[in-house]
Parts: sequence; C-alpha cells; structure tokens
Amino acid sequence: MDWSALRVSLWLGAGTIIVLLPFGIWFGRVLAHRHFRGKLLVETLVTVPLVLPPTVLGFYLLVTFGARSPLGQAFQAVVGQPLPFSFEGLLFASAIANIPFVVQPIQRGFEAIPPDVRDAAACCGLSPWQRFLRIELPLAWPSVLTAAILTFAHTLGEFGVVLMVGGNLPGETRTLSVAIYDRMQAFDDRSAGIMAATLLVVATVTLMATTMLSRQVGSRRA
Amino acid sequence: MKARRTCVLLFLGTVFCVAWPAPSPAQKPPTIAAAANLNFALNEMADAFARARGTRVELVFGASGTLTRQIRDGAPFELFLAADEEFPNQLTAAGLTRDAGAVYAVGRLVVFAPRGSPLTVDERLEGLARLAKAGGVSRFAIANPEVAPYGKAAEAVLRKRGIWDTIRPRLVLGDTIAQAGQFATTGNAVGGLIAYSLVLAPDFGDRGTYAVIPDADYPPLRQRMVLLKRASPTATRFYEYVLSDAARAIFRKHGYAVPQ
Repeated sequence: MDWSALRVSLWLGAGTIIVLLPFGIWFGRVLAHRHFRGKLLVETLVTVPLVLPPTVLGFYLLVTFGARSPLGQAFQAVVGQPLPFSFEGLLFASAIANIPFVVQPIQRGFEAIPPDVRDAAACCGLSPWQRFLRIELPLAWPSVLTAAILTFAHTLGEFGVVLMVGGNLPGETRTLSVAIYDRMQAFDDRSAGIMAATLLVVATVTLMATTMLSRQVGSRRA
Repeated sequence: MKARRTCVLLFLGTVFCVAWPAPSPAQKPPTIAAAANLNFALNEMADAFARARGTRVELVFGASGTLTRQIRDGAPFELFLAADEEFPNQLTAAGLTRDAGAVYAVGRLVVFAPRGSPLTVDERLEGLARLAKAGGVSRFAIANPEVAPYGKAAEAVLRKRGIWDTIRPRLVLGDTIAQAGQFATTGNAVGGLIAYSLVLAPDFGDRGTYAVIPDADYPPLRQRMVLLKRASPTATRFYEYVLSDAARAIFRKHGYAVPQ
C-alpha cells in the first residue's frame, strides 16, 4: 500500500470539492432559474468534459501551460514552477474534468424547488441572500452533497489526465490509480491488488451514499 | 436519518484528509526519471546509495520518449537515465542539461515465452519464425518502437530475422518495456521481446522461459544519463554513484553490460 499515493488521492478529491463547489452552487442555480440566449450552448459546454477523453484535456493543458508555451513560461516566471507536474496543476485539471459532476446535480436540485416556495419566500420579505441561504440551499442540499460525493469519487478514479499532466511524481502527483499502474509495471501484483481493492471499496461506499441520499430526497417529496 | 449519519461520516472523512498534511514539494529528495527497464536495478541501487550516503532519491519510471517530453514541458526531474542515447542528446541539444552526460549501461534483449505458450524460445528466433509462418502467433509483445528504445531494438531483431512483416499485425505494443513485459507474461500473447533486466527481476519469478538475443542482432542499447540544469548536489552524487564499481556490479547482476 502506497500511503503517500492515498494521501495525494484524498487531497485531490477534497481539494477539487473545495475549489468547485462554490462555483457549482452559483452556476447550477443560474442555470436552473435564469433563461438566456445561448443557454443550450452553455449547458452543452458544461457537459463536454463528461464525454471528452481525458487525453484531450491533458493535451490542451500541456500545450497551454507546458514550459515551452508562452503562457507556461509566464506562469513559471510568476509562480516559480510550471503548472503541469505539480499538485496544483493536477487540481486545476481535476476541477475542469469534474465541472459536469458538480453543476448538473446542483442544477437539478434547484430546478426541483417549486416556484411557489420561492415566491412565498419573496413575499415574506426575505432578501435574495436570505432566500438563498434559508430556503433554497437547505432544499437543494442533498443535490449539493451528491455533487460533492460524485466529484470526490470521480477524482479518485481519474487516471488519464493525472498521468499526462501530473507525471507520476511520488508524494505530489502520484495518485492511487496511477500507483496501481506503476506497481503493475514493476510486477508487484500484491501492492497493486491491495490498492485496487481499496479503490473498489471507496467506489462502492460512495455510490451507496449517493443512492441513499437520492432516496431520502425522493421520500421527502412523496 | 440514516442518510444524515452517512453525510456526517463523509464530512469527517473529508476533515480527516484535510488534517493530514498536504502534498508539498518542499524538502523532498531529488526526483530522478528513469527508463522503465531500470525498474529493478535502479531501485536496488537507490537502496544501496541510501545506505552508503544516507540520502534518498525518488525514482519515477516511464518510457524514455515520454520522460523526455515531460522534461521539455517542465517536469521537475534532476537526473534522467534513458534507455538510449538519442533522447538525452535531444535534451542536451535543447540546452536543458548540464553536459552531455555518460553512458552507464548497455541493455540486452531476450525473447520470452510464458508458461503454457506454444512458442519455443531460441536466440535466433527460429521457433518464433516457424510459429508465425504456421499462423500460431495470437499476440506477440514488444515495446512501442516510437517511444521506447527497447521497442526499436525489438523491431530491428524481427526485421533481421525476416519475421517483421509476418508478425506485424499480431504485435501488441507496450508503452514501455515494462508494459510489454506485462503483456508478454499475462493475457493471450505467446511471448515477447523484452529487457533481460525484467526476466531477472526478483518479482518476475518463474513465469516462463527465455533466451538472450545476440548483441550483433540489433544496434547496441547504449543507455545514457544526463544531469538536468536544476540538479541538486544529491542528484550529482547519485550520478557519480551510478558510474561507481558498486553500481556496475548491480547492473551486471541485472543483465546489463557495462561500458569500460
């Protein structure tokens, strides 16, 4: 068992949630309530990372932020290290890859709130912020939680982008899924097996949790 | 209520991993990029180096081509041990290395057949030629000639023996020689052309039979290493250690020839 890889994986999952959730709540709510020109295009763009091969994302990130590109050189001059092959770069890639997993459930959650409830809240004299914090967010909370769990699980399973953008650096960009690949190549089937079983358990528990959450929402509505 | 308890547990889990120190690049031992064929020899060498000098190095293995690309894209490696001379020379030409480096070992190729395979191995590949002609080759593993020097050597051997055109549609290409080894030992490949260092590895165990390919059958796999511009004193010491007599003995044990 590669503990530093588990740590990187858990950190990446938690970090992606922290980075993405505020954006997801804001954007999901906008998509749920507002109607504007080009909404279909925006919704499609949000979903694109879901169907895009991770190598496409990896390719663009490396071309854009690699040490040979002007943008990459500018980034390196300011921050002191290039964005690829660092934990921050991985976090960036993971945040982009997970946008659909965050925005979509949250959008559905806000859409499920009946307009009457929002109107009633407005009539009671609550300010927009109070309406959001006291009425809408508590009602949409299970969807937010689902989004967080899905993001976490998906990040743990991310492989292609991590290998391309991260470069398998121990303790920094070597996640559990990459470590499994690494151990397999070293004919170390035992370690690979232990780590694979760990990820299998985590994935199962995560899916069980999301299913239970969606059941809870269903029973609340009934 | 049960669901709420699950949420609480998940949150505690998140808090726990936040409390666990984050990955940080500070005060880490130097990271060394190495061709995948070195997986076993270099791990042993790094352990010996740590015992002798009291400092550790981190090893990252991959295809020489992939690692070269990563170094050009800014990967923070301090020393690069390639499987050939071409890739490190590219880095030297690009001005990314301290100097032209040194050849530290010469790799060898073996033909390997897993247990239960219809392939009989011999150094002139007569068994493979016969099996290929009879259509008995389901899959045959080599490393990708475009990114892995051992794959290029394998192609040269197969061409020299006149099997290349027959066997080409049956080839499975590993990204690295280690992955080719993985393909050759598991799955439905009848065998493969892989690094001698792989079949000699302790974890490799008794997975099948092999024969060493004569050196004259392919351009020598002269493996060069280069220190990158950012190399720390520890990385420089490891570079010197790789050229020492102690390291040469380890290379020989793992099936490499060592330059004079």
